[in-house]
Amino acid sequence: MTTTDSRSTKRKPAQIVDMSWDPITRIIGNLGIYTKIDFANREVVECHSTSSLFRGYSVFMKGKDPRDAGFITSRICGICGDNHTTCSNYAQQMAYGVKPPKLAEHITNLGEAAEYIFDHTIFQDNLVFVDFCEAMVKATNPGVLTRAERTDAPRGDVHGYRTIADIMKAFNPFEGEVYKEALKVSRITREMFCLMEGRHVHPSTMYPGGVGTMPQPNTFTDYLSRLMRVIDFIKKAVAMNDDVFDFFYEALPGYEEVGKRRILLGCWGAFQNPDVVDYRYANMDRWGKAMYVTPGIVVDGQLVTNNLIDINLGLRIMLGSSYYEDWVNEQPFVTHDPLGNPVDMRHPWNQTTVPVPQKRDFDGNYSWVMSPRWHHPQTGEHLALDTGGGPLARLWSTALSGLVDTPYVKAVDGGIRITLPKGEKLPETTLEWRIPKWSNTLERDRARPYFIAYAAAMALQFLEEATGMLKSGDTKVYENFEVPDEAIGCGFHEAVRGVLSHHLVIRDKKIANYHPYPPTPWNASPRDVHGIPGPYEDAVQGQPIFEENGPDDFKGVDIMRTVRSFDPCLPCGVHMYMGKGKTLTTVHSPTYGANHG
Amino acid sequence: MTTQSGTTEAKASNGFDEITILWISEGMSCDGDTVSLTAAGQPSIEDVVLGLIPGLPKVNLVNKVLSPSLGGEDFLAPYRAAARGELEPFILVIEGSIPNQNIIQGDGYWTSFGNDPETGEPQTLNSWIDQLAPRAWAVVAAGTCATFGGIHAMAGNPTGCMGLADYLGWEFKARSGLPVVNVPGCPIQPENFMETLVWVLQHAAGAAPPPPLDHMLRPQWLFGKTVHEGCDRAAYYEQADFAKDYNSPKCQVKVGCWGPVVNCNVPKRGWMAGVGGCPNVGGICIGCTMPSFPDAFMPFMDEPPGGTLSTMLVKPYGAVVRRLRGLTNDMVNHEPKWRHNKRKLTSGYDPHWRA
Repeated sequence: MTTTDSRSTKRKPAQIVDMSWDPITRIIGNLGIYTKIDFANREVVECHSTSSLFRGYSVFMKGKDPRDAGFITSRICGICGDNHTTCSNYAQQMAYGVKPPKLAEHITNLGEAAEYIFDHTIFQDNLVFVDFCEAMVKATNPGVLTRAERTDAPRGDVHGYRTIADIMKAFNPFEGEVYKEALKVSRITREMFCLMEGRHVHPSTMYPGGVGTMPQPNTFTDYLSRLMRVIDFIKKAVAMNDDVFDFFYEALPGYEEVGKRRILLGCWGAFQNPDVVDYRYANMDRWGKAMYVTPGIVVDGQLVTNNLIDINLGLRIMLGSSYYEDWVNEQPFVTHDPLGNPVDMRHPWNQTTVPVPQKRDFDGNYSWVMSPRWHHPQTGEHLALDTGGGPLARLWSTALSGLVDTPYVKAVDGGIRITLPKGEKLPETTLEWRIPKWSNTLERDRARPYFIAYAAAMALQFLEEATGMLKSGDTKVYENFEVPDEAIGCGFHEAVRGVLSHHLVIRDKKIANYHPYPPTPWNASPRDVHGIPGPYEDAVQGQPIFEENGPDDFKGVDIMRTVRSFDPCLPCGVHMYMGKGKTLTTVHSPTYGANHG
Repeated sequence: MTTQSGTTEAKASNGFDEITILWISEGMSCDGDTVSLTAAGQPSIEDVVLGLIPGLPKVNLVNKVLSPSLGGEDFLAPYRAAARGELEPFILVIEGSIPNQNIIQGDGYWTSFGNDPETGEPQTLNSWIDQLAPRAWAVVAAGTCATFGGIHAMAGNPTGCMGLADYLGWEFKARSGLPVVNVPGCPIQPENFMETLVWVLQHAAGAAPPPPLDHMLRPQWLFGKTVHEGCDRAAYYEQADFAKDYNSPKCQVKVGCWGPVVNCNVPKRGWMAGVGGCPNVGGICIGCTMPSFPDAFMPFMDEPPGGTLSTMLVKPYGAVVRRLRGLTNDMVNHEPKWRHNKRKLTSGYDPHWRA
């Protein structure tokens, strides 16, 4: 049967089957997705997302020396540990009043650029693309594979594959050409990372106040020569991904509805501009807008704000379905920000984490993840922002803000233009990412290779500037500081998969409160106190099913594609149980499946 | 207790042709050890899985991050089979600290791995270990969390977590007779882990004796020396030339480095393919391979308590040695006087025909 035929007919009596996947594979951490699927009408009618891991960073960091925070918080995540260290250092630098030397900012930016290139590559090619590889498409949509075999790849001149099916074969796990090459590229780019930050995943040379990396000419030449070895792979990756995703829209009409949700994107900004950033809270709007990825909140396609102070003040951590006790009756740590603005009791600065292990109950509490939301000052809504897997929100926010204008990356009207230099085989190439029509599964995935290109292009600029400084004798990379008796700080950064903030309160030179908010709690959050579902739940709930298998051999690939498009990574916050479905109920007038436009 | 080569009762003397690696990262981990594993090039994990390393059994790797399966029961099937005794032999790899479920009152859990098929409730990591460890041919702890408890087991932690040998008992022996094989590191240095795994696999193939382990069950040849002994900044220590802040390429003991007393080979080996590391590239050693990590080493950015005395004692000796070496270095930085373009050969060459 073809799914499009069944979709065109009018609604049939629902046949609801319970389907769950726990643990989900090819992600980092413990995530479970529990759904109810209407097989008669081929759509997901309900979705719950659950994380089954609690470790307690914000508990055991209390009373520790604040300078240790970056070393400790790195261990929150085994893939983007450096993003945590960097973000922690940003927060500490605000609290200590220290501005690292410019060269240290370049070295940090180069480390982070290498991290984005590494992590997005290994995630897209070795984890996400397995869902689009020949073996998987054959098992889920054999008709689509037949069509892919007959469809010429439009960008074959760039990537070298004749048909779409040839690309899909190249993505077969452990055996496909691209799968294997991506593992190699992930090693070269990690070497680039180690040159700047010492070790991967938990960096060794990052300190509040700067870095310990020794800036020598060969430090940067070693990085540049490796970057140039992967530059053609990046151009090919963009072309291959565009070919496959365009093909999916064409081969499966209506696929744009998969994983689609209201445009509610958040980006906290990345790559500090060393000439502008001073880490002072009062100047955060100015230096935030000078970042080389512009922070911003995008609602229904419009930019609500790109001011980090507004972004900070709007943060709210909600409970509702999480295994914690509420802190609303505790004493607040911070009643006003340094500019005198009131700080809400549900803000991370004021959060107290009290874990209460309990039974999982999908009608009650069912996750170790809390529900971060952003309070829209005009509408009063508590928005369940998502990160678009990271790149989608970053590109969207940067494009709408129109502030990034560099030799290699420019925000242009309605998009981002990225220029990569000549490589071994391919000429200088200018890529243009355009703001898409939808915030959906395919567009989240498409944005990822474009952001790899973005990070590579920015790395070229940072290398030029850093090498210039070094060769003129400016080699200072660290600035000393004193830990104050009392202080607060916040760091805003982009982990690979999206928004990352660290909020720090110091009393008596010790950590009095510390709350890191990585992207996955935003994306994987359960229903909040108002019953608003988190982004995975919202994106999966209501989505159509295109897979041709029935309940007995159902693989759930469309659901998996949606969840993985967000780049789930749950050590920072979190499994799919997948068994033969149990038929729950058959109802004649479906009440589930409200639209998520 | 040290497991000497050849002393372990080797039940696999005939060797296996095929073995499964059941890797569980649902300990309290950050999955950083799995990610680190993919950075190894000597050998790479795909080389091992694809049979490109001679002398190893065929390896079936089951790891959530790398699994091509769709997840859930499809992914859990080999674990369930092993728990029922229907999948042999297998190596159990645990990543992450082991929580203490006994401190929870009621039905809650700290971490789970899939659901209990009977009850539908989250199946705790602990129940998996209880079922799989007694049946495993070998048990490997990947990373400092699984070996000794690590960061999540630091003072003030709410979960009461610990390392795998703390949980199973330090006297635990797997079916091969091997104790828990501990590969510490936060995260594992990629090649250190692959090196250990390859030796365990060669042992499984009947091609090698069991790997020699020290009293903390670490591979001796990897963790027998200290950071300092492999550090290219160690000579600065000997010369009593210490960095005052992180701008300096000199020895970092006074700004927080614990290298002289930490068992780890990273400065010598680099982080991956010889690139990166810790004190050799400007990162203080925070003792992340050690049983007492992290508490014994905090605050990280302060001089280790013992450092004050030892750096003071080395001062007079170091100052003299540095001065003498400076003189000799200056001397060897000049060319001999006979290299010139004058009209006379002064090199000392004395041809017989001149006489």
